Amino acid sequence: MSQTIATPPTVRLDSDVIGKPINRTDGPAKVSGAAKYAAEFGVTGPLWYGYIVSSPVAKGKITKIHADEVLAIPGVQQVFSHENVPSFAWFDRAYKDDVAPGGSPFRPLHEPEIMFNQQPVALVVAETFELARYAASVLRIEYDVEKHNTDLDSVIGEAFDAPKGKTGFVPPPKPKGDMNKAFAEAPHKVAGEYIHRAQHHNPMEMFATTVDWLGDGKKMKIYDKTQGAPNVQQYIAKIFGLSTNEARVISKFTGGGFGSGLRPQYQVFLAVMAALELEHSVRVVMTRTQMFSFGHRPHTLQKLRIASDDQGHIQALEHKALAETSQFENATETVVNWTGILYNSPNTNFDYQLSKIDVYTPLDMRAPGAATGNFASESAIDEMSYKAGKDPLDFRLLNYTYSDPTENKPFTSKRLDDCYHEGAARFGWDQRNPEPRSMRDEKGMLVGWGVAAGCWDASMQKAAAKAVLSADGHLTVNSATNDQGAGTYVIMTQMAAQTLGLPMKQVTFNLGDTNMPAAPVQGGSWTANSVGAAVKDACQEVGKKLLKLAQKMDDSPLAGADFEDVQFVDGHIRANEDITRSVAIEDILAASGEEKIEADGKAGPNPINQLKYSMHSHNAVFVEVKVDEDLGTIHVTRVVNAVAAGRIMNPKTARSQVLGGTVWGLSMAMMEETYLNNELGRYMNHNYAEYHIPVNADIHKIDVIFVEEEDDIASPIGVKGVGEIGMLGVAAAIANAVYHATGKRVRELPLTSDKLL
Amino acid sequence: MSLQFIQEPLDKATPHVVPAQAVTLNVNGEDHTIQIAPWTSLLDALREYMDLTGTKKGCDHGQCGACTVLVDGKRINSCLALATVYQGKKIQTIEGLGTEDNLSPLQQAFVDHDAFQCGYCTPGQICSAQGLINEGRCKTEDEVREHMSGNLCRCGAYTNILSAVMEVLHDGDVVVDNGVLITVPVASTKASSVE
Repeated sequence: MSQTIATPPTVRLDSDVIGKPINRTDGPAKVSGAAKYAAEFGVTGPLWYGYIVSSPVAKGKITKIHADEVLAIPGVQQVFSHENVPSFAWFDRAYKDDVAPGGSPFRPLHEPEIMFNQQPVALVVAETFELARYAASVLRIEYDVEKHNTDLDSVIGEAFDAPKGKTGFVPPPKPKGDMNKAFAEAPHKVAGEYIHRAQHHNPMEMFATTVDWLGDGKKMKIYDKTQGAPNVQQYIAKIFGLSTNEARVISKFTGGGFGSGLRPQYQVFLAVMAALELEHSVRVVMTRTQMFSFGHRPHTLQKLRIASDDQGHIQALEHKALAETSQFENATETVVNWTGILYNSPNTNFDYQLSKIDVYTPLDMRAPGAATGNFASESAIDEMSYKAGKDPLDFRLLNYTYSDPTENKPFTSKRLDDCYHEGAARFGWDQRNPEPRSMRDEKGMLVGWGVAAGCWDASMQKAAAKAVLSADGHLTVNSATNDQGAGTYVIMTQMAAQTLGLPMKQVTFNLGDTNMPAAPVQGGSWTANSVGAAVKDACQEVGKKLLKLAQKMDDSPLAGADFEDVQFVDGHIRANEDITRSVAIEDILAASGEEKIEADGKAGPNPINQLKYSMHSHNAVFVEVKVDEDLGTIHVTRVVNAVAAGRIMNPKTARSQVLGGTVWGLSMAMMEETYLNNELGRYMNHNYAEYHIPVNADIHKIDVIFVEEEDDIASPIGVKGVGEIGMLGVAAAIANAVYHATGKRVRELPLTSDKLL
Repeated sequence: MSLQFIQEPLDKATPHVVPAQAVTLNVNGEDHTIQIAPWTSLLDALREYMDLTGTKKGCDHGQCGACTVLVDGKRINSCLALATVYQGKKIQTIEGLGTEDNLSPLQQAFVDHDAFQCGYCTPGQICSAQGLINEGRCKTEDEVREHMSGNLCRCGAYTNILSAVMEVLHDGDVVVDNGVLITVPVASTKASSVE
């Protein structure tokens, strides 16, 4: 269904907003401090504070909690632990959230057993935050300690094939040809092992829940930090046996998530449990150290083997990965598949396994699996290009695939080749001296230029929205989706404004409330596509009703027109064939006498398209590094990130997503690593001072290129999503640039100076 | 063969907790008298006792800068400041710089340059940038990058933060060379086919 706008280009249309670089509608609230995050909502009546006590041991059993000593402090209301928390739900499945992996979910304060270090073991509730913190600090707890094992290397022999079941997980592709024979016979070959250890999401806002106890039965407003209010609601409702009316979950602003908010975290359980038991409003906020006590990007070991013929065509391709998981759940990621989607080879082998250690279950973290696999495969492809005597960019173009080799399906669209060409032109790749250690800057620093490609899913989930056009001409659209910084607020406002031909200021988009139509958790880069299509559907339904009302008007110029024959532009419905046949929407509303016109909208994946096509976004990343060999320091001085992700709803916010993804890739490449001390079974650098992420001085020039694609198969609105794709390619391109600068191939992240000296 | 471990506090639990005391703080030109324990941080005083939640808690350890406020025009980490010490000082928070309907030039520049995503570090970034401008020392891109490096942004909006700060610092007279956006329009309209 096309919406042709036949107005001369000199006239700026207030409602022609899709694809325009429009400021965030939630921007003024965020820059003025008016935007309220989970720990910032006021409650009816006084508020009590819960402070979480974490286990200092990784495995064992609590034998005694000396709660009485703490309860003697005036103002302390309760000490919750397994000793006094009632058993809420009998079955594991009550604790399963929408995106839980297979296994048995963690039940906070359920049993005396300790399964991981920093496991929450008690919640101290007091009348002030200061008192709760103090009381928690003096709570004595006795443990029987058992021997733990947090060393992934020691359990490689116990690896098992990753089971199916988790949302989005695709098992490794089936092998093709004879990998071992092809590898043995090929003239050029590389083999390498790649490692990164655990990484933690660390959004700036710490996990927090404020429960407003409304004093009406068990009714609560649960303000939670999450990437999906509906997921939290169903989790809480099942565990505590509450109705959706009793457990209303609200999440208006989310101070970053990056995957950490996909699953409900334990503070929401603790806060709701305390509110129900005490019949009182309660706030629970994690500490930064506790932000290292749950899911993370898993420590992963990878092995790559690639071989090519004399012309540089890949003949053998093998990618194997082994990741950690907890003792109680099987967290899975799609790690190795991407390599087979990007490059064709007649002989392939893919493998992905898990081993269990005594840590919390890993959790999807920005570009989960792909960021891990992509670093290894794009490093190995780079190494292969040198072995084959090809330029790294030429080698990638030579082995370019026009269909998905893992599934033998065509791509709905793929302009990665244009990403390579446009990115290379912007970067000046043709000026590159192919020889490692051949380029230096004016200060004598070694200069390296590297390239890498990336690939992510263009996926869609079921979503719903409701649109209400009031008599004063203001359109309000609601969907229980999320905005963790992605720009959902503004792009959904754009989608609604464009669909009904209204100026942005006449449209309000609300999200993050379980009283609104359901939407999926914000993840997987699927929000713009899924919720965007639902918003469009709801607005079109309102549009159809408006057209019918317009046709009831006396001498209606739109009489007899079908919905497909009209367009909604600048507050008017007009006939496509003759735009002078036009009726103002405000006149339709006035003539109708209706107080409001409302409609529900929904969207979901098309299973037939999914069977027939492979749907992906792609990118090509070009990086310049400067290396001081005496100190081993690396500076990323220039990045060009060229992205093909379908239609771009808002270049301003989409660019920010890619800038952020680039910073994440740099961070993964050069800084992030959670040090696990296997003696203590404990993450040691669990704070912002010791867990390094980039600061402003680390980030220099980043050019973003959007190579737009028209794709009405991957998405009814042509959108593929940009949340993950911008991160891909970056870490490998940096490592490849470091190789070009220094001649050293580093296969273990992060690229700290010790690895170059 | 299991070992015993006791999570032993540094101090014995004492029922004699120092009572809350009246503290008067001048925030955004207004006096607020609150009843707080003497060890209450300025950050918690603002957020939990005055409902000034624009100032954010990102680590509570002076490591992230989300809690940055201005005291007599100078930027400090309010999580490392005891509230009671700041009686008699002029405290300015993000709420005092401008409102949703009347943004300060710095706040407007942050919106125009999309210098944030989730928005959680943003009040601290803006207060820090205001402090940087008040200090009057930084002029160049590298200086601003360095002196804005006490404020973490996990979303990675750093290049846009630099653009926003440089614009206000130089009254719009400086063009920052920190990356461009290029859009390549659709060339072919059909999905690629199987080879």
